[in-house]
Amino acid sequence: MRGFLSTIWNTKGLARWILLGGAVVTVVFLVFALFAPWIAPFDFNQTRDASGAKFPKLQSPSSAHWLGTNDQFFDIFSRVVWGARTALEVVVISVLVAALIGLPLGLVSGFVGGWVDRVLVFVMDALYTIPSLLLAIIFAFLLRDALGGSIVAVALALAAIYVPQYYRVVRSTTVSARESTYIEAARAIGAKPTTIIRKYLFGNVVQSVPVIGTLNAADALGTLAALGFLGLGIQPTEASEWGYDLSRALDDAQAGVWWPALWPGLAIILLITALTLVGEGLNETLNPALRRRRLLPVRFPARAAPQDPPEIAETAK
Amino acid sequence: MKSGSGSLSRYLLVRMLLVVPMMWVVLTVIFFLLRVAPGDPVSAAFGGRLDEDALNVRRAALGLDRPLVVQYLEYLGDVARLDFGNTISDNRPVLDVIRDQGGATLTLTLGAFLFALLIGLPLGRLAGRHRDSGADATIRIFGVVSYAAPIFWVGIMLVLLVVKFFPGWPTYDIASTVTKFTVQPRTHILLVDAFLSGNGAAVTDVLKHHVLPCVTLGLLLSGVIIRLVRINVIQAMKGDYVEAARARGIPERRVVRRHAFRNALVPVITVIGLQVALTLGGAVLTERTFNWPGIGTELIQYINARDYIALQGLVTFFALIVVIVSVLVDILNALVDPRVRY
Repeated sequence: MRGFLSTIWNTKGLARWILLGGAVVTVVFLVFALFAPWIAPFDFNQTRDASGAKFPKLQSPSSAHWLGTNDQFFDIFSRVVWGARTALEVVVISVLVAALIGLPLGLVSGFVGGWVDRVLVFVMDALYTIPSLLLAIIFAFLLRDALGGSIVAVALALAAIYVPQYYRVVRSTTVSARESTYIEAARAIGAKPTTIIRKYLFGNVVQSVPVIGTLNAADALGTLAALGFLGLGIQPTEASEWGYDLSRALDDAQAGVWWPALWPGLAIILLITALTLVGEGLNETLNPALRRRRLLPVRFPARAAPQDPPEIAETAK
Repeated sequence: MKSGSGSLSRYLLVRMLLVVPMMWVVLTVIFFLLRVAPGDPVSAAFGGRLDEDALNVRRAALGLDRPLVVQYLEYLGDVARLDFGNTISDNRPVLDVIRDQGGATLTLTLGAFLFALLIGLPLGRLAGRHRDSGADATIRIFGVVSYAAPIFWVGIMLVLLVVKFFPGWPTYDIASTVTKFTVQPRTHILLVDAFLSGNGAAVTDVLKHHVLPCVTLGLLLSGVIIRLVRINVIQAMKGDYVEAARARGIPERRVVRRHAFRNALVPVITVIGLQVALTLGGAVLTERTFNWPGIGTELIQYINARDYIALQGLVTFFALIVVIVSVLVDILNALVDPRVRY
């Protein structure tokens, strides 16, 4: 972990600041998500305060409701905070599932080759042809029958559209790694194919996953909101979701009421931008092809003590 | 494809022949995705409203009681004859849906592309020419935000601004009710019909309604175009021929416009073509935002009616468009850039 962080810190230029900025905003939303019950003043589907009085409808931002209330009497600030929790759950499930399916598929397909590989490539390419939002709509539509409009159903629908991406990246890395010398060496000492995949290929291929993962997470957030906006996402009774709130805000916007639409949208933009920055930052700091190392100041040992070991060796590592 | 012969016609032929297996896989994926799902289309659309006998009659009418393989082959045959089936919920040919609603989607997406090019090309060129300047940074941030901002949120914000500062400017639908009734439908494209009718007021009305949705969808696309043009201008400016042009004493403005920018445009054609999938997805969202009577709005309505056949037909149609456009782009590229056809 220490080496990982120092790799990041010793990268030249804007990359680590991009990474840091993105990480800070992401952490803020993580805190929202993890501590939603303590941060949000109200529950996500609460329409009455403690004394039982109903919240005012479409009230502009005030001291009682910091970001106002929407047309369903909900407190918008609470909805935004709880929405972070929904977003986190959906994104984590979908990215994990997509990686868990796409990674082994890509590994095996790239390593084994032959007709399995051909067929898989063809199917994945075909899935790429269908616009990803439409694919998500199809899966959401199908899974809604099986699982209802739950968080898991939407997360699986999103996972389905990212499997081809993991598959492609992992497969192409595997195909190029397969011919490399260390794999040949492993084969020469009699390693079984399963051992080669597990011990030699996996470690080399898995490095591309964090980068695709964060970029996919950013994309998944947008698609999650889009599904919610089209009424195909999480049922409003299940959880608070930013895209659904935006679809409720449509009619209010025509009447010039701005607060129900502004805040959930800003939350989406901030989180997507932050995740994109983290992804780009990770790519530029961890990818050896893109990375430019920062020049560290070289400190010479004091003249009085020439017997000290030179520190250059350590800083230049 | 074997390289070596390098003739243009051969490249084009192979590229076009590849469409068939590609399309076949797409169709197969769509068909089996929608059929292996639990429950059948008829009980999904009418379940709970009709008794079992009535459901069986409808299943038989749609041929759903036959083996899956037969249905699959029939579906392939129908699509080959450009027949996307009839919707279950209102028994309307999907092709009619596309014909009636497609015009609105077409003018929306074309307008959006126009707007995106109008602002994307100059801004991308500016950012690429003055790399790392303040203008470059601002334009790049715009690019990132336009990617991050959900298109429907951008639409809502534009509506709010227009409602506040230009009250009376249309913020939803494709035309006012009066225009819809007065314009004679001829081509199923309202904008064209308005022009054909020669009614100036109708044309202005329809055009005014187009502004907000086209700008919204166009902003999404412009981010992609800006990023791409910028990178390509930067690369082109490093080329030897740019240096040579400068050495001949050609003014910098002209170097950028005639030498660097022209070459930077070639890859842009490809990527704009590849944005068709993004545009179609964006169009669905834009239509929902502005209550636009296009294919996307219709698609959502059919989904809410749990109409499998309509969903299957419309998605097939969208995929067909994406495949065809990608072929057209490849062909265009081969014609423009000799390096492609090796």
